[in-house]
Parts: sequence; structure tokens; C-alpha cells
Amino acid sequence: MNNFGYVRAHDVADAVRHIAADPAAQFIAGGTNLIDLMKENVARPSRLIDITHLPLDKVESTPDGGLRIGALVPNSDLAYHPQIASRYPMLGSAILAGASAQLRNMASTGGNLLQRTRCLYFYDTTTPCNKREPGSGCSAIGGINRMHAILGTSEHCIATHPSDMCVALAALEARVLATGQRGERSIAFTDFHRLPGDTPQLDSNLRADEIITAIELPPKGFAANYTYLKIRDRLSYAFALVSVAAGLEMEGGAIRDARLALGGVAHKPWRERAAEAQLKGAPATREHFARAADAVLRDARGFGHNDFKIELARRAIVRALEQAARGTPQSQADKRIA
Amino acid sequence: MIAASSHLGKPTSRVDGRSKVTGSAKYAGEYNVPGLAHGFVVSSAVAKGRIKRIDTADALAVNGVLDVLTHQHRPELASEDEKYKDEVAPPGSPFRPLYDDRIHFSGQPVALVVADELETARFAASLLRIEYDRDEHMTDFEAQRSSLEPQLERATWAPEEVPRSRQRGNPAQAFERAAVQIKAEYRSPIEHHNPMEPYATTALWDGDGRITVYDKTQGPQNSRNYVAGVTKMSHDDVRVLSPFVGGAFGSGLRPQYQLPLAVLAARALKRSVRVTLTRQQMFTLGYRSAVAHELALGAARDGGLASLRHDVVAMTSQFEDFQRDIVHWSSLLYRCANSELGQRLVKLDQNTPCDMRGPGGTEGMYAIECAMDELAYAGNVDPLELRLINYSDQDQLEDKRYSSKELRECYRRAAEKFGWSNRKAQPRSMRDGNELVGWGMATGIWEAMQMKASARAVLTANGSVEIASATADMGPGTYTMMTQLAAEMLGLPLENVTAKLGDSALPHAPVEGGSFTTSSVGCAIHAACRAVQKELLAFAQKMPSSPLRGVKLDDVVFVEGKIRHRQGDRREVSIADAMRAGGADRLEKQADAEANENSKLAHYAHSAVFAEVKVDEQLGVIRVTRVVSAVAAGRILNPKLAGSQILGAVVGGIGMALQEETVTDHRFGRFMNHNLAEYHVPVNADVHAIDVIFVEERDDEINPLGVKGVGEIGIVGTAAAVANAVYHATGKRVRDLPITLDKLMRD
Repeated sequence: MNNFGYVRAHDVADAVRHIAADPAAQFIAGGTNLIDLMKENVARPSRLIDITHLPLDKVESTPDGGLRIGALVPNSDLAYHPQIASRYPMLGSAILAGASAQLRNMASTGGNLLQRTRCLYFYDTTTPCNKREPGSGCSAIGGINRMHAILGTSEHCIATHPSDMCVALAALEARVLATGQRGERSIAFTDFHRLPGDTPQLDSNLRADEIITAIELPPKGFAANYTYLKIRDRLSYAFALVSVAAGLEMEGGAIRDARLALGGVAHKPWRERAAEAQLKGAPATREHFARAADAVLRDARGFGHNDFKIELARRAIVRALEQAARGTPQSQADKRIA
Repeated sequence: MIAASSHLGKPTSRVDGRSKVTGSAKYAGEYNVPGLAHGFVVSSAVAKGRIKRIDTADALAVNGVLDVLTHQHRPELASEDEKYKDEVAPPGSPFRPLYDDRIHFSGQPVALVVADELETARFAASLLRIEYDRDEHMTDFEAQRSSLEPQLERATWAPEEVPRSRQRGNPAQAFERAAVQIKAEYRSPIEHHNPMEPYATTALWDGDGRITVYDKTQGPQNSRNYVAGVTKMSHDDVRVLSPFVGGAFGSGLRPQYQLPLAVLAARALKRSVRVTLTRQQMFTLGYRSAVAHELALGAARDGGLASLRHDVVAMTSQFEDFQRDIVHWSSLLYRCANSELGQRLVKLDQNTPCDMRGPGGTEGMYAIECAMDELAYAGNVDPLELRLINYSDQDQLEDKRYSSKELRECYRRAAEKFGWSNRKAQPRSMRDGNELVGWGMATGIWEAMQMKASARAVLTANGSVEIASATADMGPGTYTMMTQLAAEMLGLPLENVTAKLGDSALPHAPVEGGSFTTSSVGCAIHAACRAVQKELLAFAQKMPSSPLRGVKLDDVVFVEGKIRHRQGDRREVSIADAMRAGGADRLEKQADAEANENSKLAHYAHSAVFAEVKVDEQLGVIRVTRVVSAVAAGRILNPKLAGSQILGAVVGGIGMALQEETVTDHRFGRFMNHNLAEYHVPVNADVHAIDVIFVEERDDEINPLGVKGVGEIGIVGTAAAVANAVYHATGKRVRDLPITLDKLMRD
């Protein structure tokens, strides 16, 4: 842990001023990830800008019939919010699939987007890691990589994004609202996180002077036919080996609209539009689900320990689409997979 | 043996429960004293080599930093191995923290930064610049192991290569002739104990050359002796206190390095110092060794074992040879005329392994009980029936009679509770929706040891008693056991008894471990209370026209604060009257109980474990939906606390079967999943119904209490029962733990 300064931001403009003035500063909200990273010397902020007093804790309807979620809404409040439970249950389910009750009580919506990878090497400062120390090398390639990515990897990094919530947000076509010195902008969710490429130190496209203020959900929530299926090494409190957020719009036995996003497989929540396109208009059969899975995994590549994830993802996609089509979403309370 | 009665056998809640749940129970890292300084350990980034240079200038420049201890800058340490050898040290040359420039394992402590605030120490620790001369390290157990020749392929073993091998009959020939044969290799990985409470020591500087130390340990006297030895202090000048321990599972048997570091810093600064390890640093302490097993079983058509061979390789450090019996259990348990056992070690650049719940037995019985399961399928015999066919009433290794062995009853009652008779023999033959259902079983066994221990009982005239022994209570309920025993022996209510432990100044006790605390300390308490009883009776007999005149100790009972004639004919004297007659305000007796290692009988606890798993057929997700564990462990003094021991151990067994594994990156020679997010132990969602059944044994020959201990037996066999259930569900035999879903997906 390093010596760091502390300041409390009074409003969003104040927060932006503070972060713009000091590129080594970091915002702190729930602190559920940042404090751990600081203790292990992975994060060494010059200063913490406390944003917990900003008025960003509301869940409000938007004029277009969607929902705006303030960046400081705690994960647990969001998961159980009546609007989420009735209109966007996929999001609530994804949140409840993650972490533990205690962590969800502390963690904020905006912070969830910005949590960092669980790659073992990222967390251990005695080992090379391009994400932590650009140019030092990727220890996971040729190392312990059971939890690592199979899609969108680069020779510099094979880390995954650990969030469950973000997988549902990607599937739901959420947008991220951010405010910086140049004003507010809206970022499509799938454009928010990055692939590692040759800059694995950057997890997202958020600019250095920007703060996430809200997440916006479009009106369509796939509340009737959805699931969030998370496969992990123990039945709770574990990061995903593979997770699947699926939303379908059904018309008789056929699929009118489809959303499909995966967690635990890439440096970002992996939404696959080609697979969605294949599903649209197709009958809801296992055969078509398998074809969609093939489309998602066409370019998948394992690194040894995580080779199994390709087949696991294939099976998980099929099961998730079956759950969604049947209208029997995965329960996050009963860990038995429906 | 004491007759059954008012306190023993009752489901008494733990006497320290309230203080634990309300937070008033203080742990080693929670003692705050004025002027307390905080030490933060700096750990080696390399696995082997020498420290070339430690630049402490930047750290020392931080405001609030008091000192940085290194091998070049520290108070004097003893130079002889003997001083570092604790009560349970294995053969070899123990690791010496901050002794010299040599690096023996990754994460080894190389410096201690001491500051007036913990955060300052932690920050300053990040500023140390350490240069190493790296040596090539070897941490790869599998690579080292495979360079050894496979034992079972060799006709004869050279005894000097296999120091622990034992043979009876002609196992190779018997195997060749056996109608049913199985040969299999099993693996169990490195595991870490991960108790909830981190290792911590608060060393209080008393200013008079003495030191009082709060230490997380399973043995306060072991820690006391170690501190005195390595710092060259007199035993009388060191007192170690450890009133509460937040779990240890064996990791606190040996003094851990935060202890000498805190004491060194206190001596260097002449100030009280606390050192608490981080979760990551706790992965640099001891661990359960990885084990590779080769097993070959041969049986007759009817399932009778003809040949049993079990050869294992385990690991140890370069500087100590740690090993526990892994292979002997099978050959002891089952009737088999031809058996051969071998156990070897490979030395690696790691810290020394240490005992972890059921050390040796847990690993060994995992493999043998899976092999027995394989034999059952190969011979088309029900797995339970196979155990019964080969049941032995005689210790097969030592050819001794068991003082008690109700394993047959454990099998019967657990099977009945589980519903084993409804099992379909064929793998993959039971199903529940998407899930394949599997039922598996295994046997557990653990030696009922007793160590020499001492206890002191002090009775005061008002009828209160203090019972004391320098044992620990790492969670099983030792305080409660001591309280119940003393209350029972002296016929007093529980509230009148105060149990004292966790203090090196108390009468001698061994480390708390091996399931021997209740037998060892319990029998010492029995002896001390017996001495009090004897004296009380003598006092009572001094009374003019005493109703107990001429009565022998065996003719009286101590109940309701009275010494009463067994015949219940109202011949009784109250303890208060007896004390008055004896002219005593207090009565103090200390007594020893001896070890049982030279017993002519075999003393073992046994268990039968049945498990049900449900496995998602496509996704491989495993749920352990039911476990029934029937345990025969002598007399159960407190079914509630003993039951909790079994429950916790079954959860540990589920973890061993499905989750626990410390992974090493051999390029760095370093454990990589060194935190609780990535090192998995079961969470609530992983644990469903667990039924514990105690099959009580009346054992008058084992010790005066008839107890065997229950700390380990709950985990031994559990992993095999789960693994066997997974096979029954899926038809896939995964022989390397943990059984994760990717292994079920393998072709």
C-alpha cells in the first residue's frame, strides 16, 4: 500500500476537476476491488477522490421508456429494485450471480464496470504482467490460465473481465453515461470495455478525466424469456468460468429477437451479434442454439488450462438459450441448473 | 471409566460461545497496549538464492518508521538447529526467519518493517529495494516424482530406498494370481489450511527483561519454548498466551514466523510489537503435501482381498523431512494376507509441509477407498459389501486386538439412514432431470492417540473449581470439555467451573492436534479431579461421626455438591462441610496422565461415510446433496460439539474432493492462487444435508474416560465417498483431486 491523499468530491463537476488535475488519482465508491488492489500494491493511487456523496444513487425512468441507473446505486439495491425485477430480471439475476451479499451491499453500479481482472499474475507484483506493468510480459500465457480468455485475446494479455452485471448490460444494449471536462457523453455498452490488443493496461474507453454517472437501459428488457447462467468452480462466491446472458423475444415456437452475451471468456463482456442474427427468425430448437454457439466460438482459442472453456461455453450457450426459450430462467438462489 | 451422569454426554453449548459471538473473545492480533508498534513482513519474490542487498533507506526515511529488521540488522538469534526445533518439528534443519541471506522458498520473510502505525509499516515495506542472486529452483512435484522409478513395476525394493516400506506375504505373486485386479494412480494436490483468523503475534515488552506474547498457536508451551530457544531467553522470562484461536487445522502446531519476528522487534525496540500476516503471506506457511499414489489391489471372485499394494510419493522442503503415515491405513484396516506399502519423499524448493486435518490418513484413505470402489465395480460386488467381506477385527499391521471397533455398526447405521439398499449398481443409472445422481461410500479411520499431559484443579470452599492446563482451544470446544469433565468429577454445576488454557505458565500440555486433546488433557483432568475427590473424602471422614467413615473412594459419587455413598442410603457430606472439616479454604491438586503409545491394544476411531452427488450431465456442475457420516470414536462427551467437529470436517472433505488446490507456477516457484477468492473452500451453497451419527463405543481399555477424539475422523474418507459418488453418477473416474468440471469433460 502506498501513501495516498484523500479528497471528497461535492458534485460531479468537482469530481471531474479533481480527476483532471491529477492523472494518478482514482475515484473510490464501494472500494470492494480498489482497496484489495491497493493493499497488494497493484493500484497505487496518489489520491482517492471519494465520490460516495455525489447524488448519483437514483433509479429513474427515462423519457423513451427506459431506465437510468445512477452510478452509485449499490449492486444489491439494483438487483432487488422493483423496476429491475419486473422489467429487466436478466440484470437482477446477473448481479445476484456475482460476489457475495456483503460485497454487493458495498459495490456500486459504476464501480462494477471498472473492476479489474482476477488474473493471478495481475494480483502478484512479483510476476510480469502487461496489464499491471506494460511491456513486462504476460505470465498467464504459458502459465496458470484456467480462468483466462478464449476470445479476443492478444499476445500481450489473455485476462478476462470478471463482472457478471456487465454481461447482462451488454446483452441489454445498455449505454454508459460519462461526464468529463468536455461534457457528458453516452457510450454504447459494447464499446465501453476494450479488448487487450497491445494496450492491455486499459480496460475501458473511459477517458482519464471522465466519471461514470449513470447506466441507461433501453425499454426492451426481455423479461419473459431470459436467463443468466453462470458456470463456476463452486456454487457461489466464485468468478465465472463461463457465463451466458440470453434474452429472447418469442413468437410461437420461433425467435423474433435475440440477445446473447458471455462472461468469463474475454477481456470484455462478449456480445456476439452474428449469433443473435442467426437466432432471429429461427425455431427455438437445440440444433439452432448449437449453431448460434458455433458462431460465438468460431474463433475461440484456448491456452492450455482453459481449453475446456470452449466446449463448456458451447454447452452453456445451448442450455442458456433453452432456459430462456422455455421461460425458466436460472435461479440464483437454488444452484441447481435448470 | 466414569459412570454416566449429569454433564457428560449432554449436548452442552460451548461455554465460550457468548464471548465469541459478541466479540469479547480477544485473539492474538487484537491486544492493544499503549505504544504498540506494528511490524509488516516483507516476503521474498524469488524461490531460491541469496539476498544480495537490501536497501532500507527509503523505508527508514518514512515518517513513523521505527526500524527495518533484516538478516544483517536484528537482535542475536541462536545458531544451533536444536534451538529451532519445536515440539513437532520433523527431522532436519528448521527454517530460521531473518537468519542469513539464503532464500529457501518463495514468500519467505526477508525483512520486517516496524512503524508506529500498521499502514505506515505496510507503505514503507513497499519501498524496500531487494536484490537477489537467484539460483535455479525446483518446485515441480510431478516432474521430480516422475524421475523416480515406478515402484509397483519393480520385483523387489531396496530397503534403504524405501525406509517406510512394509511387506507381508507375497503381494506380487498374489496379485498375478488374483481373479480381480485393479491398478490405478491417484493424485491429491497441495492444500492450504486457510483458517479464518490470520496468524498474528502481539509481543508485550514488559520492561524488566521479560516478555509476554499473545500468539496464534495450537501449543502455547511449544511457542514459549521456541521463543526462549531462538532468542536465548530463559523459559521463565517468556510467557505465551493464546486464549482463543480462530481455527488452525494444524497450521498452528509449529510456531509460525510472525512469532519470532514480533519478539525480535520487541527486543530490538524495547517496545511492544504486533505482527499480523496477510492472507497472501499465510500461503507461505506449511501446507498439505501433494501426494501421488500407486495402488494395486487383487481379490478373489468373492471380493476377498488377496493383494494390497500402496506406494506413494509425497513432498517436503530441502531442509526438513516432513512425512506422515499415508499408506499404512489400508493395510491395517482390511484383512489381506499379502500387502506391500511404500512411501517416499521428493525434496523441493518450498517451505516444509505441515499437518493438515487428518494428516496422512486423509490423503491415504482417499486413494485406498477409491481403489476399493474400483475393485467393487471390477468384481461386481457392492462397495459396502466389499468392505464387510474384508472387515478385520484385528489390527492387520501390528497384529493387535482393537480396544473397541464398532465400524460394522457405523456401516449399518449410515447405510440405513442413507438408503443405500435402494442404490442401483450400474454407473449412470440414476437420474434427476438434467442431473445424474451418484451414491458413493468410503471408510474413515484415525488413530486414537494420547499424549502425556498435566492438569491442575483448584477447589475453593465455596464450591467453585478452576481447572487448568496449557492446552489450546482452536475451536473444537476444549474449554467446554474441561468444564464438563471437572463439573462431572466433582459433582458441581457447570457455572461453578472455570477452565483455563492457552497459557504457557499452566501445567504441561502437548500441542492441540491429532485428535488427542480430549484423551490427553481430559485424562489429566480426570486424574487431578480424582486427587481432589480423594482428599475431599479424607476431609469428610475427619468429621466427628462422619456418615462416610470407612468408605472407599470407589464407593462414593460426587453429585449436587455432595459426596454421596453409591448405595443412595442418604450417607452424604457436602463439599462445603468436607472443606470445613479439613480446615481448607482451597484444595489444589495437579496430576499427569501418560501417553498410550506403548499400548498392547490397537486404538482407532472409525467412520462410514456415504455421499450423494448430483452432476449436471452436460455442464459437469457437481452438487453434494447429502452426506451421512457415522462415527465410532469411543465415548462422546458432548454430542453437540463433537457433532460440529464432524460437520466441519465433512465440509473440509467436500472441499478436498471438489475444490481445494494450491496452484504453483513453476517458472516462478510460487503459489499463485494465494487468496480466498481464488483458493476455493466450500461456501454455504456447496453444503447441503449432512447427517452425523455417533455409534458410541464403550471402551474401558483405552483410557479412564473411554474417549478417542473426533477432530480428524470426520474428514478421513469423505473425499473418497464424494469421488466414488461422482463415478457412480457419471461413469467417469477422475483420479486427481479436486474433481472440477473440466476433468469430467475430458475424454
